[in-house]
Amino acid sequence: MEQLTILLIVIPLMVAPITALIPSEKITWFLTLAVCLISFAISSFILYQVIDGTHVIYELGGWRPPWGIEYKIDSLNAFVALIVSGIGILASLFAYRSVPSEIDNKTIPLFYAAFQLCLLGLLGIALTGDIFNLFVFLEISSLSSYALISMGKHRKALSAAFSYLILGTIGATFFLIGVGFLFAASGSLNTADIANRFSSFEDMQLVETALIFMIMGIALKAAIFPLHSWLPNAYVHAPSTVGIFLSATATKVSIYVLLRILYDLYPIAYWVEMLLPQIMLSMGCVAVIYGSYRACQQVEMKRLLAFSSIAQIGYMVIGFSLVSQLGLTASIIHLFNHALIKSTLFIGAGILLYRANTTELSSLRGLGKEMPWTFAAIALAGLSLIGVPGTVGFVTKWYLLEAAVEKGMWIVVITIVVGSVLAIGYVWKIVDNLYFKSKEKLHIHDVSSGDSTIARSPKTMTIALWIGAILCIFFGLNTELSFQAASSAAAALLKA
Amino acid sequence: MMIDYMLGHVNYWLIVAVMMVGLYTLMSRSNLIKKLAGLAMFQTAVILFYVSLGKVTGGTVPIVDAKFSLYSNPLPQVLMLTAIVVGVATTALGFALVIRIKEAYNTVEENEISAMDEKE
Amino acid sequence: MENDLILRVVTKWLSPIIILFALYVQFHGDYSPGGGFQAGVIFSSAILLYSLTYGLDAALKLIPESALRLGASLGVLIYGGVGVTSMILGGNFLDYSVLASTPIAGQHIGIIVIELGVGLTVASVMVLLFFTFSRRVTP
Repeated sequence: MEQLTILLIVIPLMVAPITALIPSEKITWFLTLAVCLISFAISSFILYQVIDGTHVIYELGGWRPPWGIEYKIDSLNAFVALIVSGIGILASLFAYRSVPSEIDNKTIPLFYAAFQLCLLGLLGIALTGDIFNLFVFLEISSLSSYALISMGKHRKALSAAFSYLILGTIGATFFLIGVGFLFAASGSLNTADIANRFSSFEDMQLVETALIFMIMGIALKAAIFPLHSWLPNAYVHAPSTVGIFLSATATKVSIYVLLRILYDLYPIAYWVEMLLPQIMLSMGCVAVIYGSYRACQQVEMKRLLAFSSIAQIGYMVIGFSLVSQLGLTASIIHLFNHALIKSTLFIGAGILLYRANTTELSSLRGLGKEMPWTFAAIALAGLSLIGVPGTVGFVTKWYLLEAAVEKGMWIVVITIVVGSVLAIGYVWKIVDNLYFKSKEKLHIHDVSSGDSTIARSPKTMTIALWIGAILCIFFGLNTELSFQAASSAAAALLKA
Repeated sequence: MMIDYMLGHVNYWLIVAVMMVGLYTLMSRSNLIKKLAGLAMFQTAVILFYVSLGKVTGGTVPIVDAKFSLYSNPLPQVLMLTAIVVGVATTALGFALVIRIKEAYNTVEENEISAMDEKE
Repeated sequence: MENDLILRVVTKWLSPIIILFALYVQFHGDYSPGGGFQAGVIFSSAILLYSLTYGLDAALKLIPESALRLGASLGVLIYGGVGVTSMILGGNFLDYSVLASTPIAGQHIGIIVIELGVGLTVASVMVLLFFTFSRRVTP
């Protein structure tokens, strides 16, 4: 049982170098899918084991913590690992037909190897209980994602990847400085060990500086409002598969790191006194309004979705800055819900790109009538993004509103309502352009840039899209599963 | 008092200076290669920071020997070995991107690149 | 630089010594300062020196790129392989103590094989980076 946890890291680590050597797109794709499926199976098994509040401890190399690296898996770790590997499955299903159409034949094995390394890094972040090890995994996932983004078709992908590289490295280095200060104050790198001995540290100034550096660094990686500038370009110009995977996982995992730092590493009372919740709450609120507003202005579907991601990250920030069981639960559940919604929408955008060769909304007018099933799935995911009852988006917003009302934060309530109204605006923009703007069906070969040889949406893409869309509804109606995992994770964080 | 404090922490002051030079270069230059040089300086400053954290006053090289009892802390150096590798990987990836940007845009000046991007 | 007699002669004499030193750093890594990272970089510097003086084509004849790719992947596999072996033998991942009859001997074997993997990957990747860049930049 314990050995299973490390397998989540070992399997991608061993398969990625083999993948890089095999010069066949089919085999490398299959290996990637297999890695994602196995990781998904293992993480769901672990989540099933730890959902009742117990945890699994794994000592790397047989060294006892705090000297060795320790992996301590509670329900939050397992939940995040489940999200990452689950989205990995959807993305690799989608990749089967999308990657050969977007990426040079010779680099496909390297693409899949980098994809697996990215998965490895994100899973590693989700599992490790050692802050320096976390930095290393953060850099593994980031470096591979820079490489993945730069493989985009258009040359803008290169400049997007470069600015992401600069900003991402600054973020990671800030985090590293923070770890250094904390190490200077505590002499330890183990999360649990630092948390246990927190009251005995002599130099509280170092500890405070460490917290600020770490939060700044991770906030950059998570694209929390004023530090979001790298996100839209990176997601828009990346290959579709990468856009799906990163939009649904990378920022979520960074939010998870933020949760760990604030709720596990530091005592809650310590940073609540520092006005941090108020600051983050206001940043979250601004992010919701700003992201939704900018999304409404966009005329290109992927960019619209990217700005909506900034808004959705704002909801997560609001959730955990409320410092209550309900708010935290809402935040964690939104990690899951948003990963599901955004990956579905990006898969939809990817299918449109694959068939029509463009995602400019004005050139897609009437395409919804030609592709009714794809359109229906996009519309379902769009409804979830707004938060219509019966979809996953509603679940989050309901808990978030409840948490805000419980705390008496009316400004938050207003923000969420305004954010939802704006969400109606930008989702309508997609639906309107795809279906209602044009009276006639738009045939694929009529799109100026469209390729008439591509007749139907590939089955793997449609399957991935509909899995996402159905899960959006399933977890919206059947909240038991995700709610139980999220609330047990929240309780573990609050040590309630 | 103040002067003692300044002199006692002279290594940290120097590290902060290197760090700021790196960060400033990174932000102020429009040439992508200079940006990467600034980034590398910034990362190097952090490496120096860690290494000086591990120094124990009067301690010797951390190799066990009967003649010595006080050793410097080897852990930060081991950590920095990993951070150096990360830094090398980042710089290499950055330069690879710069070469491809140069091929695609025929320039390495950021303002020219963004001007070209906006025109499209 | 390919016509400079002094450089050519010095390089010919120096490269084997650098490689020897790299191997020393590699295999003494468990007793003294050193190890796979340092050894890998030193090893690659010998190849770099050779390719700077004798040109990229000569260096590619010495080590073809496919071998470097294989080496880079193989190093990671050796590293992971040691971890998996220790898991199969009943320890945790990367627990070297179970690799031999006594824990101390196990730690020795473990670290030497691990560093071998690290050295192989670092050396191959360093040379690969240099080759890739120099081929791309020179017309």
